[in-house]
Amino acid sequence: MALKNSSKSQPIGVIGVGSFGTAIANMLAEKNEVLVYSRKQEVVDEINTQHSASGKALNPKIQATFSPENLCSACGVLFFMIPSAAFLEVTRTFAPFLHPYHLVIHGTKGLVVQLSNGEELDTVVQLRRNQILTMSEVIVQETLAVRVGCLAGPNISKELTDGQPAATVIASKYNEVIHEGQRLLRSEKFQVYGNADIIGVELSGVLKNIIAIAAGALAGLGLGENAKGLLISRGIVEMAHLSKALGGTASSVIGLSGIGDLVTTCNSPDSRNFTVGYRLAKGESLPQILEGLEEVAEGVNTIRIVDAFLKTAGIRAPITENLHRVLFEDLPIEEALLFLMKYPFSVDVDFV
Amino acid sequence: MEEHYIKHQYDPILPKKQEWPVVRLARERKEFVKKVATQAEERILDLIGKNPEILKEELETTLYREKLRIKQNPWDVDPDDEGSFWGEVKNNLLQIHASGSLSKTKKMEAYREVLQKITSRYSEEIASNFKATHYKFTRSVVTYGFSRLLNAARVKGFGSLFSNQYTLQDKIQITGQTAQIRELATKGTIVMVPTHFSNLDSILIGWIISVLGMPPFIYGAGLNLFNISIFAYFMNALGAYKVDRRKKNLMYLETLKTYSKEAIQFGCHSLFFPGGTRSRSGIIESKLKLGLLSTAIESQRANFQQGITDVSGKIFIVPVTINYHFVLEAPSLIQDYLSMTGQERYYKENDEFSTSYKISKFLFKFFTKGSDISVSIGQAMDVMGNYVDQDGKSLDKWGREVNTEEYFMSNGKITVDAQREEEYTQMLGKRIVEEFHKINRVFSSHLVAFVAFELIQAKNSKLDLFNLIRLPQEDLVVDYEEFKAAAQLVLDKIFEQKSLGKIDVAPHLYRSMDEIISHGLDNVGMYHAKRPLIKDKEGNLATEDMSLLYFYHNRLHGYGLEKLF
Repeated sequence: MALKNSSKSQPIGVIGVGSFGTAIANMLAEKNEVLVYSRKQEVVDEINTQHSASGKALNPKIQATFSPENLCSACGVLFFMIPSAAFLEVTRTFAPFLHPYHLVIHGTKGLVVQLSNGEELDTVVQLRRNQILTMSEVIVQETLAVRVGCLAGPNISKELTDGQPAATVIASKYNEVIHEGQRLLRSEKFQVYGNADIIGVELSGVLKNIIAIAAGALAGLGLGENAKGLLISRGIVEMAHLSKALGGTASSVIGLSGIGDLVTTCNSPDSRNFTVGYRLAKGESLPQILEGLEEVAEGVNTIRIVDAFLKTAGIRAPITENLHRVLFEDLPIEEALLFLMKYPFSVDVDFV
Repeated sequence: MEEHYIKHQYDPILPKKQEWPVVRLARERKEFVKKVATQAEERILDLIGKNPEILKEELETTLYREKLRIKQNPWDVDPDDEGSFWGEVKNNLLQIHASGSLSKTKKMEAYREVLQKITSRYSEEIASNFKATHYKFTRSVVTYGFSRLLNAARVKGFGSLFSNQYTLQDKIQITGQTAQIRELATKGTIVMVPTHFSNLDSILIGWIISVLGMPPFIYGAGLNLFNISIFAYFMNALGAYKVDRRKKNLMYLETLKTYSKEAIQFGCHSLFFPGGTRSRSGIIESKLKLGLLSTAIESQRANFQQGITDVSGKIFIVPVTINYHFVLEAPSLIQDYLSMTGQERYYKENDEFSTSYKISKFLFKFFTKGSDISVSIGQAMDVMGNYVDQDGKSLDKWGREVNTEEYFMSNGKITVDAQREEEYTQMLGKRIVEEFHKINRVFSSHLVAFVAFELIQAKNSKLDLFNLIRLPQEDLVVDYEEFKAAAQLVLDKIFEQKSLGKIDVAPHLYRSMDEIISHGLDNVGMYHAKRPLIKDKEGNLATEDMSLLYFYHNRLHGYGLEKLF
């Protein structure tokens, strides 16, 4: 079989050359050869001849291919850096070429839902846990790779590209995946933490998008820092409970991928999720907002999925539920806020 | 016949006894025991990072626990020199301690010698005493004796005792992937993992293995069973090695694991009851003890490391479910379960198999009355839970060939990573549980117990399990027609799941509902003094023992059937 020699000569594979994928590829290229994948011939040519992707400069050590087979046989470690909407499809494209010896680390924040025949995410009312897959669960289900990890944390691509200090979490059940990720990515500008609770870390990255929409809404309503502090704190509690219900641990929520990423997102008006909330509070409707966005705001899907899950799990998550009513059931945002203020939260912290 | 059960004599796959791995192992017993002891010692030293202080601590802990065990929980089977052996260990430790000026290496050496003594002793204690002649004798006794009993009871008239009209295989039906397991047993090494409800299971499985024409498997049997002489004889004859659940110290557990690992690598087909102990609740094991299971993964990796990458070095996991209408120990198992508050550690073994008389009585009842048993052999998997085909090749969900070796590789080489293998063990455990549920065969008795219990529970939805069990008799009656309708609902759901390959059913479930119910009532827990389910004078269903009903009901736990109520 296509087992290549030692790791020193093996390039690291990166699948996806969006802004985050490019940033990570550049960081990996500081220490290693990198092979990136893109479906489009012109993107591959641009990278190989001009060392740039969509105009963004790339390290000359980065080569590109449009053959999943080549990439998988050349690389032992693969980084999946693809938007969540394309994740399942790309994973299936790679599945025939992935082997049990591959280490796969993904950087995608999102959930994949498996619906029964005839059901649509727009109309589905109830979801069981086994119908909801995190991205690592998608990889394990669709491919032979088992040693899977994820990359999550407050990582705004632009700041990473500028070389500003930052940190990330690599989560995996396998220590070897964490160690390999740390070895490949760690630099004096980039700290890499490890966490064994991969589900909890993935969920933190996903659930924080819900709270980001709420943060945008508060900003859109013209509210101040007190309100934001309140939201972040209650948001963390809600994330912890949801994460537990979905199979993660509460402790990951207070880590870099939870509270770290949440604070960053709630303070970045450029984030798509924040923008959705902001424009919602300014009186626009969801279809109007989504029309203008190039990529989907992940939080909107997450709210749908989590709301449907809440109904089967029999737990409450007031922020998510109220956002769902605002987004899909025409509840005025002011009423949702009032509802939340009156909601009988009596205990400050009840999850640690 | 409603279904063609597999009932024919299989030719032995290895006709010459000398070729049986377990016979070869018995021949080399002495060297093998020594090898296990040395390897176990290495493992323990690795685990404690070769630190003399930690080793000292572990030795002291082991000594303390062993002394305590000898004092508080002695068994007949324990050797007489136990006291003196541990006394000697104590003296050795004291001596090392007293000569305080020893250098670090010297100290380590001294502790190591003590460790060696202990692992050698444990290894010797664990090792089986298989003798091929005993095996042959036992097998013929079991088969002959059982079929005499069977025929005596069923064939009327003079000479019945010598009739061969019925054989054991009428009583105990073997279904599933029998051809595959036979095939694979000639190619690689089998690790069979059955569900465990009764102490009879080990004898039953031993018998099945021999009916299938396979050489004896080795397996870890609870040392408590060796307390009873009949059992001790059977166990030794069947190739059992001894597992002493009283000993929970690191040294014992590591020696035990090493024994299992080395035996698998030696090519001995093995049998683990992955639940670790009989299912107390009657629920199919959902959480497996991973200790011994991890040795299957370890041996597989070790074989790959040694370059044995063809099928001869491959280890096949074969799940097996044993399905009963009746579990002899049910009353006390369920009592245990109910009284356990999660503190298993303080729980004492208590066996109904305590006397040979009781066992014989049970056996007589079993063979002279109805109550069939069926054993389903599941499809073989590799140690990663991928199904394997007839040639032992692993296949993924899409039928593509998988190279199992690649799971243990990084950067193109086989690497040893204990943490990785721990995760793999968990994955394998989950896969085995999944397979158990798929090959589990529903009997009429499971169905009636399940439906009756769920109906009673639904009527008393405010009560928890413990209050439910304490309900007075008159509240425990279920109207027959209501029962029948509910049973049909559950049965339909079971057939729906069967069509998806999620469960299996016994052929008698294809009869009419009235017949199924009466078959179920006749059979459910049939020999208990208090029956879990009976028909009362009005023709309605009643229970004499709610906790037993709960026990038999639990067999259908884990399929989401509760939602129908």
